[in-house]
Amino acid sequence: MTGHHHARGRRGFIEQTIDGLHSAMDRAMYADRSASGRGALQQLDPRVKVAGLAALILASAMAAKLWVIAAVLLAALVLAAISYLSIWMIATRVWFATLTFTAAFAVPALFLTPGTIVYTTPGLLWTITSQGLTTAGFLILRSETAATLALVLVFTTPWMHILKALRLFRVPVVFVVILGMTCRYILLLLENAHEMFESRKSRTVGPMTRGEQRRIAIASTGALLSRTFQLSGEVYLAMQSRGFRGEVYILDDFRMQTMDWAAAIGFASLTAALVWVGR
Amino acid sequence: MLFEVDRLTFRYEGNTALNDLSLSIPEASRVALLGANGSGKSTLLRVLDGLHFGATGGARFRGEDLSEEHFADDQWAFAFRRQVGLVFQNPDAQLFNPTVFDEVAFSPLQMRWSKADIKERVMETLDWLQIGHLKDRPPQRLSGGEKKRVALASVLVLDPAVLLLDEPTAGLDPRSQSQLIDLLVEWGGGPKSVIIATHDLDDLTDIADRCYVLDAGRLAAEGSPDDILADRELLQRTNLVHAHRHRHSSGEIHSHPHRHSEPRP
Repeated sequence: MTGHHHARGRRGFIEQTIDGLHSAMDRAMYADRSASGRGALQQLDPRVKVAGLAALILASAMAAKLWVIAAVLLAALVLAAISYLSIWMIATRVWFATLTFTAAFAVPALFLTPGTIVYTTPGLLWTITSQGLTTAGFLILRSETAATLALVLVFTTPWMHILKALRLFRVPVVFVVILGMTCRYILLLLENAHEMFESRKSRTVGPMTRGEQRRIAIASTGALLSRTFQLSGEVYLAMQSRGFRGEVYILDDFRMQTMDWAAAIGFASLTAALVWVGR
Repeated sequence: MLFEVDRLTFRYEGNTALNDLSLSIPEASRVALLGANGSGKSTLLRVLDGLHFGATGGARFRGEDLSEEHFADDQWAFAFRRQVGLVFQNPDAQLFNPTVFDEVAFSPLQMRWSKADIKERVMETLDWLQIGHLKDRPPQRLSGGEKKRVALASVLVLDPAVLLLDEPTAGLDPRSQSQLIDLLVEWGGGPKSVIIATHDLDDLTDIADRCYVLDAGRLAAEGSPDDILADRELLQRTNLVHAHRHRHSSGEIHSHPHRHSEPRP
């Protein structure tokens, strides 16, 4: 029994860390593969997607009617479906997490908003008002809609294309380049951490105390920091070697095709209609 | 002379990496810098690429000092970077862009080439290295051999006159090693110069006409690949070969200095 607990404790640290790193890399790979898929949104100019999906988020934020926000959410799901994104994946990665987070604000609103009482909890006698329900509904539905649209964008567009498309909104080049490099090296850091923990796992025999777990965590963090520091020096030298002189330049060479213009008009018309009916 | 290094000493945080080193590399050379790990090969390549500057002594490229003052001048620095390219040993340090295409386009962008020229030249280079199909791939989805090729493409895109390579075949499987060597042999020759740092004696005669052997930051020897490979005492003293135990078919076990391939006839 004791041995079993120890085994679970060891698994709880090294193996769970490995699992965590593995699933983080898996998610990144999934997003990468999905963004280069053959769905409808994947074929569009990233600028149209960024502007169009941002406009839909704005329409849901401005809507004063619940059914209009629901219509935006429905539109997001249709876009996800024609881009071959799994609705189950959206539900598990976005809806549950967003609901948990938003509920922290929405639940108190149920009870604190004054208005017509629709339900009284037995025992505590707390009252839920119809205005409270509407407020909570708006909060939850708006968050879910915005998060779904953001996920649709991320899973149908390579990360660097999203960053380059941000130039449309006058985001500085240096910001775009630094975010791109950050993404690149976070994934490398994940890989390194994964290898480090796998190697640690292969050399770990027997139970491990909490103190040992802490020591391993601290030692691994130190080793990763040191490697990162060394690599950052090398990356800077490699940039210098290839002509970097402190100014950054990128090749954002997107070209609008007929389909992109049609999609842009579609997004603009849909947003205008939703804003109009949602007043 | 292409490069002249004159009594150069370079230290990393108190450790001497190059110690009073002097050597000359003529134009249109195919040079191998040989030495065990920590002998100073990588540091020398970085000095030749104007990334490190000696504490004492100096280095010159075509008669001009490789000094911090010269590199502070944009025009001089761009002209030098256009002519000399360095492929780092660790491709992850060199592949810092989000896609293969962006990676190879990085240098031409810094040189302010036109967009049309950049696109044409990048695709030409990728096709020549047979990695055109990887152009939209992020670096984390490349194999070790593909990363090395992309790192090479990111330097060759400028068509430099001098190519510096730090352990180009390290960590590659035999097939990828052989393909990379073939590419280098194809690219080099004529007025181009190739300077390769390596401790691998295989393929030496294919990649170099001249060898410099470094040991603890000093020049231990120089000569043709055949001369260097024939000097067993030198190779053993500089840790380029090692005593290796064999079991013969008779069952007898003995050891003698050994490397993993013999000089080609």
